[in-house]
Amino acid sequence: MKNRQKSGLHAVKVEKVPTGIQGLDSITSGGLPRGRTTLVTGNPGTGKTMFGLEFLVRGAELFKEPGVFVSFEENVEEMVANGASLGFDLSKLCSDNLLFMDFVRVERSEIEETGEYDLEGLFIRLKYAIDSVGAKRVALDTIESLFAGLPNTAILRAELRRLFRWLKDRGMTTIITGERGKDSLTREGLEEYVSDCVILLDHRVTEEVSTRRLRIVKYRGSEHGTNEYPFLIGDNGFIVLPITSIGLAYSVGKERISSGIPRLDAMLSGLGYYKGSLVLITGTAGTGKSSMAATFVDAACRRGEKAAFFAFEESPDQIMRNMASIGVNLVRWKDSGLLEFFAERPTAFGLEHHLMKMIHIVEKINPSVVVIDPFSNLPDVGSFKEVRSMIQRLIDYLKGSGVTTLLTSLTSGKRDEEMTDVGISSLADTWLLLKTIEAGGERNRGMYILKSRGMAHSNQIREYVFTDNGIDILDVYVGPEGVLTGSVRLAQEAKERDREEALRKEIERLEINLEKRRSIMEAQLAQVGKEFEYEKNSLANEIDKKNIALKAIAQHKKEMAVSRKADEQGEG
Amino acid sequence: MKKDRKETAADAFEKALKGPSDAKYVLRLYVTGSTPRSQRAIKNIKKICEEHLKGRYELEVIDVYQQPGSAVEEDILAAPTLVKKLPPPLKKFIGDLSDMEQVLLGLNIVPKS
Repeated sequence: MKNRQKSGLHAVKVEKVPTGIQGLDSITSGGLPRGRTTLVTGNPGTGKTMFGLEFLVRGAELFKEPGVFVSFEENVEEMVANGASLGFDLSKLCSDNLLFMDFVRVERSEIEETGEYDLEGLFIRLKYAIDSVGAKRVALDTIESLFAGLPNTAILRAELRRLFRWLKDRGMTTIITGERGKDSLTREGLEEYVSDCVILLDHRVTEEVSTRRLRIVKYRGSEHGTNEYPFLIGDNGFIVLPITSIGLAYSVGKERISSGIPRLDAMLSGLGYYKGSLVLITGTAGTGKSSMAATFVDAACRRGEKAAFFAFEESPDQIMRNMASIGVNLVRWKDSGLLEFFAERPTAFGLEHHLMKMIHIVEKINPSVVVIDPFSNLPDVGSFKEVRSMIQRLIDYLKGSGVTTLLTSLTSGKRDEEMTDVGISSLADTWLLLKTIEAGGERNRGMYILKSRGMAHSNQIREYVFTDNGIDILDVYVGPEGVLTGSVRLAQEAKERDREEALRKEIERLEINLEKRRSIMEAQLAQVGKEFEYEKNSLANEIDKKNIALKAIAQHKKEMAVSRKADEQGEG
Repeated sequence: MKKDRKETAADAFEKALKGPSDAKYVLRLYVTGSTPRSQRAIKNIKKICEEHLKGRYELEVIDVYQQPGSAVEEDILAAPTLVKKLPPPLKKFIGDLSDMEQVLLGLNIVPKS
């Protein structure tokens, strides 16, 4: 009968059975201990039954390991209905011989003890069930009900001990569920019998929002995550979030992406944000955080990249309308499918639900950039610590996936501006701080880069304005009292414009003068040339005349000699 | 052994109303093989039946090792288990039935003085 021998004295690494429950296998580094019993405990309504059910269903569907579900609380019809709520077709699994369900009803009023007995009936049923589908997995839910039905706990305890031994000997990977007791893990101390693996489920309501948690209390012979992990029971079963296991191991690139505002890119050493980094934009109300975010998304879509916009404050339509007013047309990206909006009230779900939903969406659409606007609304849902841990997990996840994330956060004017509500600023790679600058009876918008890891960024406070063509970062005018903004800046600009104008006029005047001089000089030159020409001609005439006269004299001399018949050598 | 159960059920109910003395009993004893405990249970229930229910009882002894499906059908958990199908209400006695008084009380049988 024994298909599994007890392991010897030497240490044997625990063999594991993947549960197929999303996330759980990475917390347990591989699943539950094979051929052993795992206790799943928790208060009523924490999802113990669902846990057991999914363990079997996934086993049957994903790993072709048939399972036996023995319920001590609900009948087969109710179990089928429970399964349907998670999208499991239990009837089909049963008819495919991948699942066997049995309902053990223990009704105290019907039962009378009349002497010695054992629970062999239960063993026979289990054996019958295991044999009829060739089961590898067993779930007993909730075996503690037996304590209510059978008065003789001494027998019951002995028999339970025998049962767990029996299941182990058969190599059944078993889940037993138990109700959490006041001071112990289970009401009846089942953890005494199960020493291999204990998982605790918790469901708590903090400020009217419920969150589910899972913790591995014990896992003999195996490493495991020790944190409390949020989990969700959704339409598709359990999802556990082992995000922290990603840790800080993600790789980073040197690639940069534009912020969508050329002059902001210039402030970020000319190239924009690092790809896969976390950009945090904080600011008081009305400083244009959403507009910055929208511009960033717009730029990504222009490059043909996918973007996911998680809106926790405004509806997508409202965002698109508002952004259209500053010339950022998001509608076309939404229509073309590059941009997807996910708008939700923060209080609509618990934190872990939000987190998992976001991760689910990111996995589904695989965006290059993600915007969460604003994440500072999330603390409505949970405590400071919870939100921070959630954001941390999300950021770890997004960074691990190479997604560039932009978070906006509202800071109240009263508090220190260089602080975020959930203290995640240390996680941010680039932090832009938007602030209103009050001067000269006006409020104007100013921004500066509080930090930007890994780049030589600008240290200036810059004023920016919304135009019909998006956000424009303006030139810096520094006055005696710091950066000039608004109409003071305009005045300063005007003053400078006037000065420029005056100089330009002066230059123009000088140029005209120069031109005049040149034309005078040229006219004079022409005149001199003309005079020279004239004199040159008259002098040439004179020279000609003289030459002719000279020739005439020579001719005369010759003629005289001829007439005197003088010899040619003798002269005179 | 299973003869005309429908009629029997109605009759038995009537009889149960009239009193315990002449009600018809339908009993099933589920045992696990021929262990000493099973033997004891069989001996005990036979004794009770012969002494108190002579002529108005049906007793079926079922070995759940032989018919594991029957354990599922009758929702058997412990062994041995005696199921009182009739007269109503349905009752289960777990154990080897050596606590005679408890069994008689549970079966609603007034011991003959």
